[in-house]
Amino acid sequence: MKPVEMLRGLGHRVNDRLWRLGFASRFLLMTVLYSGTALKRFHLTIREIYFTGVLSLIIILVSGLFVGMVLGLQGYDTLQRYGSSEALGILVALSLVRELGPVVSALLFASRAGSAITAEIGLMKATEQISAMEMMAVNPIARVVAPRFWAGVISMPLLAALFSAMGVFGGYLVGVQLIGVDEGSFWSQMQASVDFRQDIMNGVIKSIVFGAIVSWIAVFEGYDADPTAEGVSRATTRTVVTSSLAILATDFVLTAFMFRGI
Amino acid sequence: MNRATIDLWVGFFVAAGLVALLFLAIKVGNLSSTDVGETYALQARFDNIGGLKVRAPVKSAGVVVGRVGEIRFDPENYRALVQLQIDKRYQFPRDTFATINTSGLLGEQYVGFEVGGDLEMLKAGEVIKKTQSAMVLEKLISEFMFNKASEDESGNQSAK
Repeated sequence: MKPVEMLRGLGHRVNDRLWRLGFASRFLLMTVLYSGTALKRFHLTIREIYFTGVLSLIIILVSGLFVGMVLGLQGYDTLQRYGSSEALGILVALSLVRELGPVVSALLFASRAGSAITAEIGLMKATEQISAMEMMAVNPIARVVAPRFWAGVISMPLLAALFSAMGVFGGYLVGVQLIGVDEGSFWSQMQASVDFRQDIMNGVIKSIVFGAIVSWIAVFEGYDADPTAEGVSRATTRTVVTSSLAILATDFVLTAFMFRGI
Repeated sequence: MNRATIDLWVGFFVAAGLVALLFLAIKVGNLSSTDVGETYALQARFDNIGGLKVRAPVKSAGVVVGRVGEIRFDPENYRALVQLQIDKRYQFPRDTFATINTSGLLGEQYVGFEVGGDLEMLKAGEVIKKTQSAMVLEKLISEFMFNKASEDESGNQSAK
């Protein structure tokens, strides 16, 4: 391939990405503007909370429990070398509440619920249900997209809180019940160093942001999918990949803002 | 599935999420412990604050009575100006001695109050006169080494 052609290809791809980013931003703005219906006819949103939130409960609870148990085992192994195994509670609680709770549950949410949203909207487009709604003067963004977006934003912090709570419980099971760290110092040291506003509320803010990002990417990829079987499958893959990367990158930025120098 | 069943499940989900958040707030976090409520400000100047951080506890007799509010450098006398937010329930005599201590050998640093015997109490905005700086471990070790070396030297000289 000639260098000029390579340069042209590169320029085309950059141009394409920028165009998609612009379209996605306009799409997000339209979703927020047309979300009046989603809030007025709230049962639409509740239905989507059922499909995204309630059906993700099992995977979130089980993964939270196991992540907490692993943290308990590994944390104890490292801490007991320095003779401070009582600090296990701090390690488990802080790493779950600040980072692992919001991030891991958002990653699970993206692959469990985000991919389903994309596939659903993509198939609606492929089977021309979206066009049919437009023909009937029903705004598909207000009827289909906005409820799914808001359901994600509402579900995500609840799922992250459940994940963290299960993780702390798993750490307690392994650390206190199995290994035999003192129960009193496990809880009291945890309570002494986990701050409600600094740690827990910042974790909740993180998970709300992640919920918005994952839902935005999922509904956009579904709406933008090529209306073919292949196009829908590619859009689903893109949802998982893009939202995972976006979650991790945003997490770094948010952490840099929230926990600097603490 | 009909709407009532979905509503029931979503209600269960939201309730479970809120219970989890409550568990985190009360059992994991320190919302239940009496966080310092109404406070008044005291000031203290230190030669060296070491690793003291904003929001570090202020303790008297080991009990948390306040938090470090703000740490600034005072350009007039080249010392650190530390603002302490003290719980309104506690009053301290004017000759209270503020020290910067370390919990454990390498733990976090906090401000400790050693209470004096003055009958007058410190009022909001007043400056604590008597302070002691943080113990800097490197300084302590170098001082010790220096003393040891000079001791050895003088010991050798006297032996000659």
